[in-house]
Parts: sequence; C-alpha cells; structure tokens
Amino acid sequence: MIKLSPKLSQKLSYTLLFCATILAIVPVVVVIFIIIKNGASAITWEFLTSMPKDGMRAGGILPAILGTLSIVLCAISITLPIGVCAAIYLNEYAKDNMLTRIINLAIVNLAGVPSVVYGLFGLGIFVMFLKLGVSIIAGALTLSIMELPVIITTSRGALRSVPYSFREASLSLGVSRWQTIRYIVLPNALPGILTGAILSIARISGETAPILFTAAAFYVPHLPSSVFDQVMALPYHLYIIATQIPNMPKNIIFGTALVLLMMVLTMSLIAIVARLYFRKKRKW
Amino acid sequence: MKRKIIDAIIEKIIFVCGILAIVFVVLIFGFLLKEGLGFFQDFGIIKFIAGKFWYPSSSPAQFGILPLIMGSLLVTVGACVIAVPIGVMAALYISEIAPKGVKDVLKSIVELMAAIPSVVIGFVGLVTLVPLVRTLFDVPTGLTAFSGSIMLAFMAMPTIVTISEDAIRSVPWSYKEGALALGATKWQTLRRIVLKAAMPGIIAAVMLGIGRVIGETMAVMMITGNAAQIPGSIFEPVRTMTATIAAEMGETVRGGIHYKALFGIGLVLFVITFLVNFVADLFLGKSKNK
Repeated sequence: MIKLSPKLSQKLSYTLLFCATILAIVPVVVVIFIIIKNGASAITWEFLTSMPKDGMRAGGILPAILGTLSIVLCAISITLPIGVCAAIYLNEYAKDNMLTRIINLAIVNLAGVPSVVYGLFGLGIFVMFLKLGVSIIAGALTLSIMELPVIITTSRGALRSVPYSFREASLSLGVSRWQTIRYIVLPNALPGILTGAILSIARISGETAPILFTAAAFYVPHLPSSVFDQVMALPYHLYIIATQIPNMPKNIIFGTALVLLMMVLTMSLIAIVARLYFRKKRKW
Repeated sequence: MKRKIIDAIIEKIIFVCGILAIVFVVLIFGFLLKEGLGFFQDFGIIKFIAGKFWYPSSSPAQFGILPLIMGSLLVTVGACVIAVPIGVMAALYISEIAPKGVKDVLKSIVELMAAIPSVVIGFVGLVTLVPLVRTLFDVPTGLTAFSGSIMLAFMAMPTIVTISEDAIRSVPWSYKEGALALGATKWQTLRRIVLKAAMPGIIAAVMLGIGRVIGETMAVMMITGNAAQIPGSIFEPVRTMTATIAAEMGETVRGGIHYKALFGIGLVLFVITFLVNFVADLFLGKSKNK
C-alpha cells in the first residue's frame, strides 16, 4: 500500500465524505422532483373535489382526502392531551426511580414497534375486542397510540427548555406546583409542543400500515358522516391504485402521490418555520 | 381548600397519563401473545420459527416463517451495507466539515426524507428503481431484495445521519484540541479521536436504523416482489415478515388459524424490535454519560 501524505489523505477523505453527503441527499430531491414533475398536470380543482369514477380510473380523490383528514384530526385530539400530560408527569413530577426508568423504556419500545404491528394490535383490540368495527375511530385510536411516544418526547423537550428559575420564582411566591405548571411552564412550552404536534400530524397523515385493517376501505361511495364509518384514506388509496388496479392512468397515481406529499411536506415546513420563529422570539 | 382538591385530582390524572406508556406496551404484548399463543399450541413453535414453507391457504396449511425471516434479514443486511457507511460519512461531513451556512440546510434535507410517506417512496421505487434494476442486472423481475435494500437504505438514512451527527457533535472540544495540539491533521483527529469517542452514539444510530428497516412495511411490500421463498440471492424476490402481515390480513377469517399465525409473526417482530431498541437505548445512554 502506498503511504499518502497526511495532507493528501485529508483532501481525499474530505472529497469522499462530501460525495457520501450528496448520496444521502440526492434520493430525497429525486423523489420529490419525480412526483411533482409527473403529478402536477393531474391537479385540478375537480380532481381535489370530486368522487372517483370508473373504478378509480377517472374522477377525483375527495373522499380519500376527507377520510385522511378525519382520521388524523381524530387521532391527534386523542393523543395530544394524553401525551402532554405524560410529558408533564415525566418532566415535572417523576423522581429518578425504578418506575420512571420503566416508563422511559416503555416509551423507547413503543417508538420502535413496527407500524404494521400497531395495525395488528388495533385490529385485535379496537376492531374486534371493543367491537368498534373497521372505522375512523378504530384507526384514530390505533394511530394515537403509535404517535404517543413521539408526542411525549417532543413535549418533554419543550417543557425541559423552560428555565428552572421560572418555576422557582413562581413556587417561591407560594403558588402551588400545578398552578406553576399551568400558568408559567405550559404557556412557555406551548410553541414547542405545538410544533411537535404539527410534525406528528404530518407523519400520521402518511401512515398506511396501521389503518390498513382498522379504518381504510378500498372504495366508499359516500363521504364520511360519523366516526364509526369506514373511510377511504389517501395513503391507502395511493397503494391501491399503484399496485392493485390494472390499466390505471399514470397521471392519477402521480397526482394522488403529489397531493399526499404536499399535505405532509407543507405541514412539516410550517412546523420547521414555526420552530425557528419561536426560537428567535424566545426571551431567555 | 377547593383548589387543593382540584390540584390533587389533576395531578392524579397526570400520573395516570404518565404510566400509560407502560400500559400500552403491556397491552400490545398481551394482545399479540393472546392471539399468537393459541397458534403456537396448535401448530408448534419450532415448526413455526424453523419451518421452511409458508403456504397458509393450502391444505394442510404450512406456517413456517423461516423464508419470511430470511427475507427480512436479507433486505435489512442489504440496506445496512448501503446506509451505514454513507450515513456515518455524511454525518461526519455535516457536523465537522461542512461550512456553517450549509450545515443546517444539509441536515434539513436529509431529515425531509423521514417526512415522505413510505407508500410514496414505494411508488417512486416501483416506477423508477424496479425497471432500472431489471435492465441493469438482466434479471427476470426488478422486484427483488436488492431493490428493497436500496429503498430501505434511503429510508434509514435520516435516522442514521441525525443520531450519528448528534453523537459526533457532542464529542468534547478538549479531545479535538488535544489531538490537534499534538500535530495531527484535522482528518487524523476526526478519524482516530472523534469517530472513536462518538462510537457508542453511532452504534445506537445504526441500531435504530435497523429497527426502522425491519419494521418498514409499505415500501417493502411494493418493491420486493412478495415471494415467500428462501432467497438464493439478493436478486430474487423475497417477502418480509411485515409485508406478509399487511398483505394477508385482509383475506383471513377473523379468529382463524391463519389470522392467529399472522399475530404470531407480529409477536416475533415485536420481540425483535424490542431487543434492537433496548440495545440502542443502552448505547445512547452510554454516549450521553460522557
């Protein structure tokens, strides 16, 4: 082996690392570019606001959009309060003991359970055991448990970033612990909690496996009217038209993918911008 | 007085929410066990784990998940071979070499990948990568373990890059200063000192990446060809455990043996990801204690 001078070897290695970074980034750009380039032509007002026709080969995707929105909104309104309370417990009340360690382990574990296993669990407990059937509510409950560890972790980070002196000042005035949390800690942590919630909404909007057997339907001829309805959902619809329906017009598939991608990316972007804004505005 | 009671009630509610995570883990495990255990009794756990044939609808039905385990394993190993070196190198570049202004942009783009739904990635793979693999390697179908590995490598990238980057960035300044003061070049310092000090965090990043890859369902189901057979090479179609559950649950009789077998697979997946995340967490703790 030839021994390179340290200078040259540094130069070569840096180039190599740079190439690796490009390799890590290019796929993201390529995926987004392909979807936008091929899907943009399909997006019309009619596509977004009408029912599918001809076995999904024509018409729009309105029921899938509404279905996804209803499942996701339902899920976040269940998981956000529980997750925030859990974060408050862990950050403000929990002592460093065995119980806290087990809770932390449980959160790590919940975060790692594959999404399709959540789907199985949701099917077993909500659809079958609690007899909710394949419905918006069963899907939302499944997604809410799946998203719980994420909400807990982000909310906990937001609570932790509130300086300890704020709490001390409040407590020294004789205010109770809960009152301090309610009026001092929570308002200051709120921006962080909300950006975390928006990111979660974005993430669960694109999830397919957990709603596969708990909420999603191949085709429903009407729009969702109650939480016990089975619905069409955007990611599941995309899966169906991309793999299960022969002679599917390509631009409808790309159009559906584009709508889903834009929904998710817009929300992620809002959360990222909001985070930067609040970080700048922060007084401490 | 009234305020005190209200406070006490609220604090109780908060405590209950706090321990809910434990409740859910136990519930998930319990439900998988309840459905899976009956199956193990009827069919035999050894025959299930080591059985070479997955023919759920023939009679008598065969529920050997060895081909599915091999499928998951092959795709995961393939993804790691691609994602780990690229991811760790990218993390090194982003945290230590990239100019300040570009750093956050690079990191945000890598993280953007995590935001793209897996079904969208699967679809893009289906129309671009799959035909490419077929012509490039001259195989009968592009729906192979190889295509799946590439797609999964991209999907594990954000996890590996972000967590490795955190670990590399948190190596104390004094380590680097010490090495540089001894006359080492910046690269020598990075390779011999920083990389070594950040190793526990990087291992955690890789483990979490593996966890993500094993659990991935939709993209894998769309591009690996879904053939439940023990693969002879990486250019053959495979079927993973996750894809089997997702693809077959729709057609089973609720409560039937096939339904229970799928819960059995869920149980196996649950145990594997539990172990992987547990180990990752240990390494993460180690890297934070530094």
